[in-house]
Amino acid sequence: MACRLTSLASALVFGILAGLAPAGAQDRSIVVASTTSTQDSGLFGHLLPLFKARTGIEVKVIAQGTGQALDTARRGDADVVFVHAKAQEEKFVADGFGVKRFDVMYNDFVLIGPKSDPAGVRGKDIETALKAIQAKAAPFVSRGDKSGTHSAELALWKLAGVDIAATKGPWYREIGQGMGPALNTAAAMNGYVLADRGTWISFKNRGELEIAVEGDNRLFNQYGLILVNPAKFPSVKKELGQTFIDWLVSTEGRAAIAGYKIAGQQLFFPNAEKKGS
Amino acid sequence: MSDQLSAWQLILTGDAALFAIVWLSLAVSLSAVALAALIGMPLGALVALTRFPGRSVLVVLLNAMMGLPPVVVGLAVYLLLSRSGPLGSMGILFTPTAMIIAQTILIVPIIAALTRQTIEDLWAEYRDELTAMDVSQAGRIATLLWDARFSLLTALLAGFGRAAAEVGAVMIVGGNIDGFTRTMTTAVALETSKGNLPLAMGLGLVLVAIVLAINAAAWGTRVWSERQAS
Amino acid sequence: MRATVSDLPLVLDGVSLQAGATTILDRLSLSITPGAPTLIVGPNGSGKTSLLRLLMGLTAPTAGRVSWGGRSESKPVRRAILFQRPVMLRRTAAANVAYALAQAGTPRSERAVRVAALLERVGLFDLAQRPARRLSGGEQQRLALARALARDPEILLLDEPTASLDPAATRGVEEIVLMAAQSGIKIVMASHDLGQVRRLAGEVMFMVRGCLRERAPTAAFLDHPTTPEAAAFLRGDLVI
Repeated sequence: MACRLTSLASALVFGILAGLAPAGAQDRSIVVASTTSTQDSGLFGHLLPLFKARTGIEVKVIAQGTGQALDTARRGDADVVFVHAKAQEEKFVADGFGVKRFDVMYNDFVLIGPKSDPAGVRGKDIETALKAIQAKAAPFVSRGDKSGTHSAELALWKLAGVDIAATKGPWYREIGQGMGPALNTAAAMNGYVLADRGTWISFKNRGELEIAVEGDNRLFNQYGLILVNPAKFPSVKKELGQTFIDWLVSTEGRAAIAGYKIAGQQLFFPNAEKKGS
Repeated sequence: MSDQLSAWQLILTGDAALFAIVWLSLAVSLSAVALAALIGMPLGALVALTRFPGRSVLVVLLNAMMGLPPVVVGLAVYLLLSRSGPLGSMGILFTPTAMIIAQTILIVPIIAALTRQTIEDLWAEYRDELTAMDVSQAGRIATLLWDARFSLLTALLAGFGRAAAEVGAVMIVGGNIDGFTRTMTTAVALETSKGNLPLAMGLGLVLVAIVLAINAAAWGTRVWSERQAS
Repeated sequence: MRATVSDLPLVLDGVSLQAGATTILDRLSLSITPGAPTLIVGPNGSGKTSLLRLLMGLTAPTAGRVSWGGRSESKPVRRAILFQRPVMLRRTAAANVAYALAQAGTPRSERAVRVAALLERVGLFDLAQRPARRLSGGEQQRLALARALARDPEILLLDEPTASLDPAATRGVEEIVLMAAQSGIKIVMASHDLGQVRRLAGEVMFMVRGCLRERAPTAAFLDHPTTPEAAAFLRGDLVI
């Protein structure tokens, strides 16, 4: 009766828990805190099976904004961070949370805008374009989430001589979400948005959006890799994490990164030659 | 899951990744319901049967906690299970176990509050009879829970519905890791953020269909077993 | 254990029951001892049900003292009660009886045999596996009787158990009650049916407005009531 019901329920729970539990000490997996751009662009879906085939190590990716990914690692909840905001990354290492930072690859940011181009920025350089958007108060979607892209966007406003904190009006929408939602929002309101090229190429819901500004060397977007400091968090899987980093910067890893293409377009460019900084 | 496919193609072709996601969603939510029932039903029944100072505060609190925001529960569990948190050494953050814990916390109040209401009504009917039989407190709780089993199924379904539908808690404590902690709801959120709206909608419809099927199965079981032994 | 404890005599000493300003029972003093069935009669609202609940220990008096075999603790060890509308547990007839046996402390190994015997005793043996809630009104009362008897009571309290039953079902219940009385169980039963009083009672307690107005052997009460209220009640007049 009641007791039979109870034992049935507990059998169910513990059966499921046992089935789901990680394999414990034998568990050859690492947690990588990374950015929405690397996941949403499909890069990890391409890289991880190759890495697993080579090493047998399973990589669990938590895709967050760069700021949040670094926070996750700062709490000891990841083994490796794979992000794109160099200044924040260097501070992370300097504060003792990371062992060493490696350049791994780059792509570039693109300014996305509606085909109608209300601010008239198509083909301009990024500095002129941002000035025009602010002057015309054309709708602009900001990530507003302390991600790498958000940091880059703020740096670009500064470069354009726009004090965005002081001059932002209703035209400037901070959504506090990932790259995909920012693009969805821009598509819905025909606004401008700064995006990484990888996410843009793989993004499906483009609506009236297209690239307005690209190729400006100030739109360079560098990705870095850091092993979380095992001295700070003994739970960090040092060997497995280092294996992942070593593989990504190796010839084989670089070829794998370069080999990821959507519709014939290469999304990321390996540049690990420069040794760790 | 290949982005080029629609959700229906994934179902029709028996896409392994899709079925893994469905299985994980069901395993996590059903485990959470079972655990929450083990905690929430006796708790609700106990509150129904006892009178103590502050009881009405507890009842209001339980009812209010039915509306706990999943992200808040997720965040609290995250802070508990994080390596920097008090339970960090267990190393279960970003695992299905962590997701089960978060969802259990989320739905214990639902099951406890609905159980309390049901048991309190039934207790009004049973009080004299059970008192005359000199039934112990534990015996009363067991008897009332068993005799209310068909009504309590509704509480379980409410809990399951909440668990299966929520995305905030599992996203935070599970991390939406492909092939490991990705559920139906976090997959829908991910596909939406990739701008893959048809696939996201398709996955959402699959989720709705599954929840519908489980409710229909539970309802059928209830009707059948009530006919067997009401 | 059971043999050493007795709930009889059951003694009420100056017992009153108040609900707010309303007096439900008014200074009752009486003693119930083993013997022929006692039937409590009186108009509706005279306090019959409240008296039975007090005798069972379900309600505490607001004044006075109730004692069972000299003890004033109220654990219902050797007494049982049959409510006017008993609650059927949502399980089979046999499981209802088994439940009562378990609560009465019958060892698990003896229960199956005793369930069968009790169901046989109340004529429900063939309906053992029927869900209790799908039994007829008379069958439910008999099942409740089996549950009450499962407690192996010394005193059995019954609150108008046949009030809503047809004559055939009433006879079924009365036969079980009489059998119980013959086996030595003290019966205290509320009734509004004078025919039933004639068929079952050894003595009558007549209540009006919470007071015990008359207590006498059945024949004496029916033939020579000593109070005008009892005489009026026996004539079929409304007694207020």
